[in-house]
Amino acid sequence: MPRWDRVKASFFDGERLVDSMPRLLEAFVLDVKIFAWTTPAILAVALLLAIARNTRNPALFPLRIFVIAYTDVMRGVPVILWIYLIGFGVPGIGLERPWNSPLLWGSVALGLTYSAYVAEVFRAGIDSVHESQRAAARSLGLSSAQTMRHVVLPQAIRRVVPPLMNDMVSLQKDVALVSLIGPIEILRQAGIDKSKFANFTPYVGAALVFLAITIPLTRLTDWLLTRERERTGSSRVR
Amino acid sequence: MTDKLRLANVTKHFGTNRVLDQLSISVAPGEVVSFIGASGSGKTTLLRCINLLETIDDGSIHLDDLEITRVGVDANPIRRRVGIVFQSFNLFPHMSVLRNTTLALTEVLGNSREEAESTARTLLARFGLADKFDSYPDRLSGGQQQRVAIARALALNPEVLLLDEITSALDPELVGEVLDVVRELKGSGITLLLATHEMGFAREISDRVCFLANGTIAESGHPEQIFGDPQDQRTQQFLARVINSGRLN
Ligand SMILES: Nc1ncnc2c1ncn2[C@@H]1O[C@H](COP(=O)(O)OP(=O)(O)O)[C@@H](O)[C@H]1O
Ligand SMILES: [Mg+2]
Repeated sequence: MPRWDRVKASFFDGERLVDSMPRLLEAFVLDVKIFAWTTPAILAVALLLAIARNTRNPALFPLRIFVIAYTDVMRGVPVILWIYLIGFGVPGIGLERPWNSPLLWGSVALGLTYSAYVAEVFRAGIDSVHESQRAAARSLGLSSAQTMRHVVLPQAIRRVVPPLMNDMVSLQKDVALVSLIGPIEILRQAGIDKSKFANFTPYVGAALVFLAITIPLTRLTDWLLTRERERTGSSRVR
Repeated sequence: MTDKLRLANVTKHFGTNRVLDQLSISVAPGEVVSFIGASGSGKTTLLRCINLLETIDDGSIHLDDLEITRVGVDANPIRRRVGIVFQSFNLFPHMSVLRNTTLALTEVLGNSREEAESTARTLLARFGLADKFDSYPDRLSGGQQQRVAIARALALNPEVLLLDEITSALDPELVGEVLDVVRELKGSGITLLLATHEMGFAREISDRVCFLANGTIAESGHPEQIFGDPQDQRTQQFLARVINSGRLN
């Protein structure tokens, strides 16, 4: 049986926590930065992928095949493997500074994989807009691009906000995977402190920092889901 | 006078199901033509083909002198000239009544927002929707929604308007307000084609009534003749069924 005082000393050492926390928070700034620059890129690429997949022009068949292959491949391999492959691999092929930064290519790897996941979310949203909405728009003389922009996407995006938020919560956590190829973000910093003190409290500190972000985000997602359910009128069965 | 609309031998399949079979009809400018017939007889498909929402397999459709079903004809300019109103309204739920009505004006015709809104306000007010400009479709009754849908289709000032059972999804007490709008349109110069189950209304408003069966026009003529003295046996049976169910009034 592990003894509580031992557990407490090795995981919940208040002094160590206070000592570590400023360094952890400082390192967490990098997590936030990676999150902040990958998110817009992910949303934009994912939206383009979803729109490309939804095109109906026979001439664009190769594009659709490419998008399907891309999403399948990116989603079919663990994120961490892409981070190793792209984050380590690309800088290793002899690029000049600053293009050989693992931080850059680690972020790219994260962005590429997540754009595939998020593209599927957008696609589900686009598919959920009833065909009669397109018919109404086309019957007014709107082109298929105008129909997508004014009629389909606004409805689709509104519906997928909750699942999108879920993916963003995951991304917020997976940013820490980039630490495995070098950059000193919070997880890496916690590891350094752990080794220095021979104590796990810094990891617990890092966990607390993540929770401080992810729990409010998750609650917000739930609230949005509930609101969406109420808005679409399907009252809950008791 | 030349025809506004001319369908020649229009044929349309869904898979192996031949829904329209060599259907031909010419419609004069300003004429009001009703299509009646059993559910599944192809009324909706016919109207959707004229609006180019469906492609036909054979035959041709002319709008004035333009063959709109020829391969390579851009559908969008045609659709500005031929509007359609759907049974289920199909308003855009994320847009206000006003925006529903101005969308095609600003995006298709390139009108300024002010210009478009002034056109839309006039139209909506004409249909008794002056206090609903900023409402969203889910706050409107079915009758109001359908009147918005008609205003939306009319905003582009189309030469032909297709009305596909526009009162079928409405509670009975709301049917009248929508039919009043259609009555008002008659004689404004617009050519009206309607698919309808409202036999009394078809009789009242139509210049010509066509009975659809087996994907073709089995019988057509003046409403008094079709309803008073139908010649085709299928028309007689159909009308008898309708009368028995109390829908001819
Ligand atoms: N998109 C479609 N795909 C397959 N079959 C269809 C489709 N639309 C209509 N049909 C079929 O075509 C026939 C005519 O339908 P429709 O034009 O809706 O008739 P109506 O409007 O007179 O009730 C029906 O048998 C219907 O099942
Ligand atoms: Mg129908």
